[in-house]
Amino acid sequence: MEMKKPVIKSIPYEEFKDNETLESLITELNKERTNVVVGALDDLINWGRSNSLWSLTFATSCCGIEFMSVGAARYDFARFGFEVTRNSPRQADLIMVAGTITHKMAPVLKRLYDQMAEPKYVVAVGGCAISGGPFKSSYHVLNGVDKIIPVDVYIPGCPPRPEAILYGMMQLQRKVKVEKFFGGVNRQQKSGDATEDYPIIITNVPQDITDKEREQ
Amino acid sequence: MNITFIPLSEFRPRMEALRQEKGMDFLRDIIGMDWGEEGIGAIYMLENSTTKENIAVATRTTDRENTIIPTVSDIWQIANMYEREVFDFFGVVFSGHPFMRRLYLRNDWVGYPLRKDYDESEALNPVRMFSEKNEEDYLHTLSPDGTITTTLDNSFDDKEYVINIGPQHPATHGVLRFRLSLEGEFIRKVDVHCGYIHRGIEKISEKYTYPQILALTDRLDYLSAHQNRHALCMCIEKAMGLEITDRTQYIRTIMDELQRIDSHLLFVSCAAMDLGALTAFIYGFRDREKLLDIFEEVTGGRLIQNYNTIGGVQADITSGFAGKVKEYCKYILGKLQEYNDVFTNNTITRKRMIDVGVLSKEDAISYGCTGGTGRASGWSCDVRKRHPYALYDKVDFKEVLYSKGDCYDRLRLRIDEIKESVKIINQLIDNIPEGDYKVKTKPIIRIPEGSYHAAVEGSRGEFGVFIESRGEKSPYRIKFRPMGLPLVASMHTLLKGCKIADLMAIGATLDYVIPDIDR
Ligand code: SF4
Repeated sequence: MEMKKPVIKSIPYEEFKDNETLESLITELNKERTNVVVGALDDLINWGRSNSLWSLTFATSCCGIEFMSVGAARYDFARFGFEVTRNSPRQADLIMVAGTITHKMAPVLKRLYDQMAEPKYVVAVGGCAISGGPFKSSYHVLNGVDKIIPVDVYIPGCPPRPEAILYGMMQLQRKVKVEKFFGGVNRQQKSGDATEDYPIIITNVPQDITDKEREQ
Repeated sequence: MNITFIPLSEFRPRMEALRQEKGMDFLRDIIGMDWGEEGIGAIYMLENSTTKENIAVATRTTDRENTIIPTVSDIWQIANMYEREVFDFFGVVFSGHPFMRRLYLRNDWVGYPLRKDYDESEALNPVRMFSEKNEEDYLHTLSPDGTITTTLDNSFDDKEYVINIGPQHPATHGVLRFRLSLEGEFIRKVDVHCGYIHRGIEKISEKYTYPQILALTDRLDYLSAHQNRHALCMCIEKAMGLEITDRTQYIRTIMDELQRIDSHLLFVSCAAMDLGALTAFIYGFRDREKLLDIFEEVTGGRLIQNYNTIGGVQADITSGFAGKVKEYCKYILGKLQEYNDVFTNNTITRKRMIDVGVLSKEDAISYGCTGGTGRASGWSCDVRKRHPYALYDKVDFKEVLYSKGDCYDRLRLRIDEIKESVKIINQLIDNIPEGDYKVKTKPIIRIPEGSYHAAVEGSRGEFGVFIESRGEKSPYRIKFRPMGLPLVASMHTLLKGCKIADLMAIGATLDYVIPDIDR
């Protein structure tokens, strides 16, 4: 069964920019054919997933406020199914990096990304997350989150307008639609990719009371 | 600005005298400084909270290896944080400080970034992708023979139950991190970690020209974008001796107040959301959007507007501006009742806020908590009244004061301040004089040699700008007074003995913005 072009209700396919990336993804995925049942299941799952993208809010600065505006009444991203934001990485499908990422924050971001369950996506919101933005020449700012985690959608702006954030999220929806859930996903983090030089070691754990002590 | 230099040996007694005899109880800021040949040290800006008299003193030492200055953290509580900042950026060790460790940067950072001889190479400070070891803290102690020993010290002992909140947590309003030691549900000790959004603005500014620096101030506290930039423009204009037109003054004052309304609306919305009242959040943002429309029409930006510029504003106001602002002012006054109905007078809000997180007036002054937080404790700390700038001495408005200083006072104060802002705008909006909105400046802006300071009342406190110029086209040193750092410092006192659930209410009503703290 062939993978189809991603269609989003109410906006024609041609109106989106950057269709080439998606098309090349489709060609790549179509190289290995899948059978009809699995393909149909894929479609169903992708339909469900693309319409209920839960984001991990990772709003570090100014761009985060615009992200909040998108959540409020005027722009209302609930229309697209993005309204559930999670504060725990385990429950999130994507991570919205909205704001400047500094040297001190970089390992935290990477760890949150590592903790998310597959399949996971990253949206870089604003100049800072894309390239360091106005603080590019600073000694403490990471010049782009793509240096540490793979990014799926970039939303430029400083801060991006709410419409731009919605557009970016729709691009992500389209990307989710061209994915094989069964039989190979586009990208998967290998276990070795997770960097954690210092594992979390808990010391001084109180000993359970032994039977002997209890008797006393 | 006049700075009195005090030799290091007399420093402690002179500072104590200033506090005791002159009544300088408000430490506005400590500005670390590397004068080059003349040494490294700090400038202390002090103010008497009753007479409003203020003074700047400084001390310095030429020893770049063992740079030691006596602490004043026992005289003013906020000095604790400010001194840690100076240590972080300049490597000045404050002897006698109880907790001398870095405030913003990681403990394993090499070098002190704001020193003039700092080596910025990537090799020394690459992006470290492993977690910072924070079980131990670095403690610097001064032995009698003058050497500093660095030891690892545990801020919490083994028996304490320590939990970590942040840096990515909805209750912290951004990327702040707390380590709390708990006893059951009660908080016993708080350790605040800043620096997760430290962008090094002060250091980049030393390489940028003045108009370039203007772009960065909007991004400090993005909810005081206008006021921040107003302060910097004012400071530069003062230094250059540039007279700006009346029309500019009117526009700037009106925009500052609109920005304050914007910020306070967001404050109410977010405080409501933190306590779980989503309705009030939606209401607040609905009204804020209308204001953002006005901003967008005039400045072209919604959140970050880049409107003020040296000598005036970027563009003239649009023809429909006055009408729209008046209409909005009328609209928002009507909506305030709605907030009170759904949120402020709500039983749950009252139960969670009244008598929670009480900040006494003395603590507010000693911590330097300006803005709404200070005024809720009864301290009249409004820069608009203390040191009037722009048109604030010509308009009639009341400085809203409450006396108890609990969360509920802080919440109501913001709503009352919206009314005062509307009052100011209404007095000005019909009288905007004709004239130029910007005076011509030279293409390259240079400031004559010297130190300059300007302060404005930002949305959440006093925002100050200090510039030390050597006559170049970029500053020798620029320092922004963070509005939020004193607020965060005071959390130590506020949280002690509170329940952990109160952290949300206290954090929300203190109203800090992290990028402004970390700069
Ligand atoms: S891109 Fe601009 S608006 Fe967004 S976080 Fe960076 S400075 Fe702020």
